[in-house]
Amino acid sequence: MRSNPTLHDLQHPGHEGEEGHDEHHHPFLQHHFEDLGQQHEASTLGMWFFVAQEILFFGGLFCCYFIYREMYPAAWKAGSHHQNWQIGAANTIVLIGSSLTMALAVWGAQGAKRKFTTLMLVLTLILGGIFVGVKGYEYAEHIHEGLFPGSAFTYVQHDNPQLTRGVELFMTFYFTMTGLHALHMIIGAGLLLWFIKRTWRGDFGPEYYGPVEIMGLYWHFVDIVWIFLFPLLYLV
Amino acid sequence: MTSTTIDDAPFIEPSTRQRRNYLNDEYGVLSWLLTRDHKRIAILYLFSVTVFFVVGGIFAFLMRLELLTPEGDMFTSDTYNKLFTLHGIVMIFFFLIPAIPAVFGNFILPIMLGAKDLAFPKLNLLSWYIYMVGGVFGVIVIITGGVDTGWTFYTPFSTQYSNTKVFAITLGAFITGFSSILTGLNFLVTIHRMRAPGLTWFRLPLFVWSMYATSVVIMLATPILAITLVLLMVERVLQVGIFDPALGGDPVLYQHMFWFYSHPAVYIMILPGMAIISECVAAFTRKRIFGYKFVAFSSLGIAFLGFLVWAHHLFVAGISVYSAMIFSFLTMLVAVPSAIKVFNWTATLYKASVSWQTPMLYVLGFIGLFTIGGVTGLFLGALGIDVHVHDSYFVVAHFHYIMVGGTIMAYMAGIHYWWPKITGRMYPEWWGRLSALLVFVGFNLTFFPQFLVGYVGMPRRYHAYAPEFQVLNVLSTAGATVLAVGYLLPMLYLGWSLKFGRKAGTNPWGAVGLEWATSSPPPKENFHHTPVVTWEAYDYPAFLKAMKETQDA
Amino acid sequence: MAQIQSQPNDHETYTGHAAPHHQASLVSYFVIFFALMALTVITVWISRIDLGAMNTLVAMVVAIIKALLVILWFMHVIHSPRMTWIVVISSFLWLAVMFALFFSDYLTRAWNIY
Repeated sequence: MRSNPTLHDLQHPGHEGEEGHDEHHHPFLQHHFEDLGQQHEASTLGMWFFVAQEILFFGGLFCCYFIYREMYPAAWKAGSHHQNWQIGAANTIVLIGSSLTMALAVWGAQGAKRKFTTLMLVLTLILGGIFVGVKGYEYAEHIHEGLFPGSAFTYVQHDNPQLTRGVELFMTFYFTMTGLHALHMIIGAGLLLWFIKRTWRGDFGPEYYGPVEIMGLYWHFVDIVWIFLFPLLYLV
Repeated sequence: MTSTTIDDAPFIEPSTRQRRNYLNDEYGVLSWLLTRDHKRIAILYLFSVTVFFVVGGIFAFLMRLELLTPEGDMFTSDTYNKLFTLHGIVMIFFFLIPAIPAVFGNFILPIMLGAKDLAFPKLNLLSWYIYMVGGVFGVIVIITGGVDTGWTFYTPFSTQYSNTKVFAITLGAFITGFSSILTGLNFLVTIHRMRAPGLTWFRLPLFVWSMYATSVVIMLATPILAITLVLLMVERVLQVGIFDPALGGDPVLYQHMFWFYSHPAVYIMILPGMAIISECVAAFTRKRIFGYKFVAFSSLGIAFLGFLVWAHHLFVAGISVYSAMIFSFLTMLVAVPSAIKVFNWTATLYKASVSWQTPMLYVLGFIGLFTIGGVTGLFLGALGIDVHVHDSYFVVAHFHYIMVGGTIMAYMAGIHYWWPKITGRMYPEWWGRLSALLVFVGFNLTFFPQFLVGYVGMPRRYHAYAPEFQVLNVLSTAGATVLAVGYLLPMLYLGWSLKFGRKAGTNPWGAVGLEWATSSPPPKENFHHTPVVTWEAYDYPAFLKAMKETQDA
Repeated sequence: MAQIQSQPNDHETYTGHAAPHHQASLVSYFVIFFALMALTVITVWISRIDLGAMNTLVAMVVAIIKALLVILWFMHVIHSPRMTWIVVISSFLWLAVMFALFFSDYLTRAWNIY
C-alpha cells in the first residue's frame, strides 16, 4: 500500500538522470506496469472498452425504442408532444457546454494547469448539476400531469383515446431512457467530485493525466447518449 | 519432434522449488479477501463456482429423481418449474459463464503473457465481489421460494403472472453480468498491452486467442442482457406493456433481446473450454497444434458468427418466415469455425506421441461429445427439424452435450492440467483416470437417451410424461448418478492432494508455455525476471532449450 | 531487468516510454463547441418543418454528425491509436448488426397485428 504522495514529492521526484529512471519512482505508477506509458495506454484502452459496452447497453434500449416507434408512430408523436422541446434544447446546450468544459479540463491537466483544470471540472459539475436539476423539474411536471407509467398513469389522450396506451408505452421508454441517462450523469458527478479533489492536490501533469482523460471519455459518452435522446424523445 | 519424454525432461526436478510463492506470501483471511493478486482471486472464484456447481447439480438430481416415474408424483408442477429454473440460472449465470475465464483466465492468462498481473488488479477483485453479491441474491431467492419462469424469463409470464421472486433474481443476474464484463475488459487490455517482450500475436498460446475471443463476446453481448433485464424489472414493477401483448407490447421482442445475449453467451461458455483443449492437446501430443493460425482465427470467427444466429431460438415463436430462413442459414455457418477446431485438434493427434494422462482423457471426451452436440445443433438449425423437436428433450440433450460434455469436460481437463501449477502438488493419477471414465460413461448414459426420448416426443420442462418414455428416463437418471460420483471423486482426491499429493516441479508435463517456465506454485509476482520470448508457439525444442539455458544460468 | 533485444515493431509490446504527449490546441475545442451549438439549432429548426418520414432521417443524420464531432475531437479519437478506432467502430458496427437483424424480422412480418 503506497502512502499518499505530498505535493513536494510530485514536484520533486528526487532523481536527476535519464527520463526512464524518474518514472520508476513516480508515485502513481502501479507496480504491475513497466512504466507510465504502458499504464496510460492500458487505462485508456480499458475505458474505451467500457464505453463500447455502454454503447451496446444504451443501443439495445434504442433498438426497442425504434421498433415500437415503427409499430406505433401516432402514439410516439403524441407522447413526444408532451415534452417541452425548448427546455430540452436548453438542456442540450447545457450538456454540450459541460462537454466543452470537460475537454478543457483534460487539456489543462495535460498542461499541469492545476487551477484552470480544477475550475473546468467544477464548471462541468455545475453544468451537469443544472442538467439533472432541469430533468428533475421535467419529471415532476410529468408526474403531476399523470404521465408516469404504471398505476400512476391517469392521463388520457383526449383527442384520440386509442393512443393512450401507446402514449403510456412512450412514456415508459422516456423515463427509462432519460432515467438511465440521468443515473449515469449522477455517477459522473460523483466521480467529478473525486477528480476535483485530486486535481487540486496537484496529482496531474504531462507525464500523468490519464485519469482525467478517462473521466472525460465517460462524460463525453454520456453527452453523446443525450445527443441522440433529445431528437428521439422531444422532436418526433 | 522432440526426443524427450515427459519423464526425463531436465527441469522437472522439484528440487528447485521456490520456498516463497503466492500461497504462503501472506497469511490471514484479509490477505485473501483484499488481495489484488490475480492468482488468489482465481482461487476465490474456484471456491465460489464449485459451491454453485454443487447447488446446481442438486437441483438437477432432484429433477432426475422426479423423472424416474411417468407421473408427477414427487413434486408439484410448480415446484418442478422452480427446480429446472434454478438449475438453469445457477448453472449458467453462476457456474458456466464465470468458471473457466474467472478461474483459469485469471490464474493462467497473465502468466502465459509474461505479465506480473492483469491490467487492473483492483477491478479484478471487484469483479469477484460483484459476482458474490449477485450470487447472494441467487441464494436468497432460492431460500425464499425460488423462481418458476425458466432461466429464460419469458414474458408475459415472468412479468405479469408469476408469483415468484422474479425481480430479485433478475437483479441478481444483472449484477453478476457486471462481474463478467469487468473480467472481459481486464483480459482484453492485458492481452493488448501487457505481453512480454518478444511475444507477438502469432507466438501466443491458443488459450490466449480463445480467451480474447471470449472477452470480445462478453463485452459486446452482456450489456444487451443488462438492458433486457432492466426492461424486465421495469415491466415487473410498473406493470406496463413493454413485452406484454395485452398492453400493446411484443413478447417476441423480449425473446429477441434475451437471445441476442444468450446465444453469444453459449460461446462465452464454450470458447474458454476450447482454449483449454488447445493447450492440453499440444501438451499431451508434444506437438505444435496443427493449423495454428486456423485455430486462432476460428476463435474470432466463432465470436463474430455467434452474434448473428440468435433467432434460431425463436423459430416457432412468431418471427417472420423470411427472418427465420436468414437465421437458419447463418446458424449453419457458425458450425464451420467450430469444425475447423475439431479437425485441427484431431490432425494434431496424428503421428503424435500421445500420453493418456487424466487431462488428455477429458480432452478426448470433449472432442467426441462436443462434435455430437455441435452436429445436433445443426439439426436444430434446420427449420423443418426444429418445428418437430423444439422444446423437447432433443434440445435439452443437445445443449447438455455441449455444456457438460464440452465445457465441463474442458474445465475438468484444465483443473487437472494446471493443478500442479496452481497448488504445487500432483493429483493421484489413477483416481483421476477413474473419475474421467466415470464422467464419460455417466454423461453418455444420462444424455444420450434424452436425444431419443426427445425425438419421439417427450417435451422439456414437464415433470410428468407418457409411460412409454420411462425406460429411457430411468437410464438417464442412472447415468446422472454415475456422473455425480464422477464429479464428486475429484473434489475428494484433489482436496487430498493438497496435503498428501506428490510435490510438482516447474514443468511436470514438459509442456510449452510461459506458465511452465516459473515455479509451481508461482511466486507472487509470477516471474522473478520479465521473460523474453524467443520461441514460436508450441515450439518444443526451442522452449526446452531456452528453459535449460535459464536453469543452467 | 529484461534485455529488450530486437523488438518486433508492433507498438503493442511495451517499448518503454512516458504518457503520450500530443495535446490538441485550445482553439479547436471551441470550434467544435460552436459547431455542436449550430447543429443543435439546425436540428430543432428542421423538426419544426414537416418533412414526413424524412424528419427522422434528418434528425438522426444531424445527431450522428454531432456524435462524430464529440468522438473525434472531444474524445481525441482522431489522435488515438488504431486500437481505439477499432473499438469504437466495432461497437457501432455491432449495434448496426443488431438493428439490421431485428428489423429483418419486424419489417417482414406480413400480418397486421398492430
